[in-house]
Amino acid sequence: MHNKSVAELSRDLDSGQVSSVELTQEFLDRIKREDSKYNSFITVTEEQALADARVADEQRAAGNATPWTGVPFAHKDIFCTNGVRTTCGSKMLENFVPPYDATVTANFREAGAVCLGKTNMDEFAMGSSNENSYFGAVTNPWGLSQGNKRVPGGSSGGSAAAVAARLIPAATATDTGGSIRQPAALCGVTGLKPTYGRVSRYGMIAFASSLDQGGTMARTAEDNALMLNVMAGFDPKDSTSIDREVPDYTATLNEPLKGLRIGLPREYFSDQLSPAMEQQVRNAVKEYEKLGATVKEVSLPNAKLAIAAYYVIAPAEASANLSRFDGVRYGYRCEDPKDLMDLYTRSRAEGFGEEVKRRILVGTYALSAGYFDAYYLKAQKVRRLIQQDFINAFKEVDVLMSPTTPSPAFIQGEKTSDPVTMYLEDVFTIAINLAGVPAMSVPAGFVDGLPVGLQIIGDYFSEARLLNAAHQFQQVTDWHQREPQ
Amino acid sequence: MQWDIVIGLEIHVQLATKTKIFSGSSTAYGAEPNTQANAVDLAMPGTLPVPNEQAFRYAVMFGLAVNAEIERRSMFERKNYFYPDLPKGYQTTQLERPIVGPGFVDIDLPNGETKRVRIHHAHLEEDAGKSLHEDFHGMTGVDLNRAGTPLIEVVTEPDMNNAEEAVAFAKKLHSIVTSLGICDGDMSQGSMRFDVNISLKPRGSDTLGTRTETKNLNSFRFMEQAIAHEVERQMDILEDGGTIVQETRLYNGDRDESRSMRTKEEANDYRYFPCPDLLPVEIDDSFIEEARNSLPELPDARKARFMEQYGLNDYDAGLLSGDSKLATFFEEAASQGKDAKLVANWIQGEFSARLNAEEKSVADSPISGAQLGDLVVRIADNTISSAGAKKVFEALWSGENDSVDAIIDAKGLKQVSDTGALEAMVDEVLAGMPDQVAQYQNEEDPKKRKKMLGGFMGPLMKASKGQGNPKLFNEILVRKLGG
Repeated sequence: MHNKSVAELSRDLDSGQVSSVELTQEFLDRIKREDSKYNSFITVTEEQALADARVADEQRAAGNATPWTGVPFAHKDIFCTNGVRTTCGSKMLENFVPPYDATVTANFREAGAVCLGKTNMDEFAMGSSNENSYFGAVTNPWGLSQGNKRVPGGSSGGSAAAVAARLIPAATATDTGGSIRQPAALCGVTGLKPTYGRVSRYGMIAFASSLDQGGTMARTAEDNALMLNVMAGFDPKDSTSIDREVPDYTATLNEPLKGLRIGLPREYFSDQLSPAMEQQVRNAVKEYEKLGATVKEVSLPNAKLAIAAYYVIAPAEASANLSRFDGVRYGYRCEDPKDLMDLYTRSRAEGFGEEVKRRILVGTYALSAGYFDAYYLKAQKVRRLIQQDFINAFKEVDVLMSPTTPSPAFIQGEKTSDPVTMYLEDVFTIAINLAGVPAMSVPAGFVDGLPVGLQIIGDYFSEARLLNAAHQFQQVTDWHQREPQ
Repeated sequence: MQWDIVIGLEIHVQLATKTKIFSGSSTAYGAEPNTQANAVDLAMPGTLPVPNEQAFRYAVMFGLAVNAEIERRSMFERKNYFYPDLPKGYQTTQLERPIVGPGFVDIDLPNGETKRVRIHHAHLEEDAGKSLHEDFHGMTGVDLNRAGTPLIEVVTEPDMNNAEEAVAFAKKLHSIVTSLGICDGDMSQGSMRFDVNISLKPRGSDTLGTRTETKNLNSFRFMEQAIAHEVERQMDILEDGGTIVQETRLYNGDRDESRSMRTKEEANDYRYFPCPDLLPVEIDDSFIEEARNSLPELPDARKARFMEQYGLNDYDAGLLSGDSKLATFFEEAASQGKDAKLVANWIQGEFSARLNAEEKSVADSPISGAQLGDLVVRIADNTISSAGAKKVFEALWSGENDSVDAIIDAKGLKQVSDTGALEAMVDEVLAGMPDQVAQYQNEEDPKKRKKMLGGFMGPLMKASKGQGNPKLFNEILVRKLGG
């Protein structure tokens, strides 16, 4: 049962082959039994999940079910869950229980899905390896059989590892610079970062507001489509969400790909990419050609500036977004503050981890008088150039394809001492966030027994086309069905 | 040395929207602490701001009222600093593209001249909460009810040259925002707060001196005192050969003292940057036209109309048109009869004195405009004397529910104006006072004669049981005594 997709489980629930309570119990048991190896969950909400499953079974019986009614899933611990602690991977919020739901959380609740818990993540979504969690690093299910503890990627490493290990069929995730796609690639699952503004950010704890986007993670493209059907839509509580009709993303999954114009960005097939990785990606592109797609090389001339621009803009926004964690109203407060300044400095020094503090400092610096123009304004100009690169590219092609990451999952601890090397993990994903376009990572082979992700990038609001392209690929390949040993 | 005083103002105006600028919490004043602060106001993780359209409408109305350009694409910035009553650790405000661009306001000076004060810009922003330092035993209490209340901050050019001009401008601005109905104008509740920038320069010099900013003055009187205080402080320093430090100062109105809050070197680097949670706000022609059409009569237009329609002089019209509630009160009163000047006198005299004595505003007056109008009608038609009118006024003020006429009847205040009856009384009284009559008639000095006339009034009023029309008594006396 744990190998089934959301779509399959939904059908089984519908036919009465299994009850939600049974399914929920099975996945809870798996988490209990297996997750000590991965540490992919921060919080498991067993009682609540079983109660929700009972309600879901009643709804099914009463005949008012959605495809999600009774299907188990998990939330990245960045989405606020009413009455269930939401840590964002931080000591700062170790005991924070929000009295409200994120819009994404509320949408899944309304759809009748059964949330089993909250998945591990890099603290405040800052990281590419999930080693920055206050609740401990997450281990990639791939590579354990070789005797190595590898990173699952980050920041949504808990969601990716849990889905790869079949602890849960699907999990929400967020992506600010690659935090869905990179872990999806490293864990061999399918993930989608939607267009900026497609999914409400209300109740999703902010890292960099102009880049953050909630998205989906599951093993199949079809399940990603089912998730997006629940998540996408305008939200009056989020002024940056976009009021635009939400299609049924499952309706177009089976459209033929004949005539699909694929662009391969020259800059993403560079020296940074190992020949073995490149080979896997090119093989995947060949599959698309067999399906009737045409391929041409395109250019994203400003792509090389993306990391530099990102590491000004994202920390700048983060430095302000994280100011609210001041020990005054909620969250961690230091012991016996002697005055206000002491309360602030020690609460923040003790409550935040190293990477978070690093980015707050970088962002504060970039916004400071005398540096603002050289850093922040310059980075915003670069951002517009990068946006224009994508707009230009999509005049020529329908989708862009590239590797998701320059290399497969690395061993824990390998890159923790050098933040810049770690930042380069996102070299192929970051520009997409700066442009705001949607992109997926789809399992596309293995290198040294470790999964490789194919990144498919689309024009604004082309999620249906991306899911269609991924789904068709998954009809002719089985990379996404491979199970870590 | 002779000095020129240069004053610019920054005025925080709380907008009278029902809910906050970025959340649905109520803005009502005076609730229990922290009962009007929701998850957004508390800056709970993941919460986001949603702009309140009404705040934008009010800001546009203000812009139109001060002859300003409206920014079609205005933006919000974050102003970063840590303070316990600032929940997000930044204030959402406007820097690069404020909603109201340059404009101007004309003020009337005591010498009868008009002066134009330029508005540099006005921007929308959110208010902070309140830190309460008393009653917490060395700790600080935080009340976030006010956090997120919409403000417009109006910034003037340094166009004022003394405290009187600054106060005249402040009063005019108060009059404009209350007339527009975009602010309740209640200064005691902090609905308008003034920051005053002051510098001195040698008379006639083109170079501005170093300025100081005195913050958070919440009454016209404190503002006037604070300016006088700061001008004197700076003058003392400069005349002793010292230099002014650019700094922010706090003024204590109760003690007429000020102290430095922070110098320029200690000033925060606010690290302003565009707020990524809010898209630029597009304001189109129809929104502006709608706001323009909803503009009520503004103080300048009202003053001109009062002069034209009621025949008031410039001074009276200025006073009565400034405060929209007072203006309405006046018009209710004046519409009862024809003697608008007498209504104006009563409002500025007895009525204002009572309001001030009891620290009431026009809105709290126990007397309606119509009642005062009825009263003035009876004064004008000689039904009651001014002494009697004061008694009626007292009765109304203390809440007597009857009509003015019923009160006059009940208290027996109607004057006797029957000339025949009055003449008979005069004859009788004069007959009983032959010595005084002779004395009067032998007196040459008209001033003394006039004074002696008063000696007959007492007995006359007594004879008429207080109801004789004093004016008619006077006329008859003068005639009978022979000039």
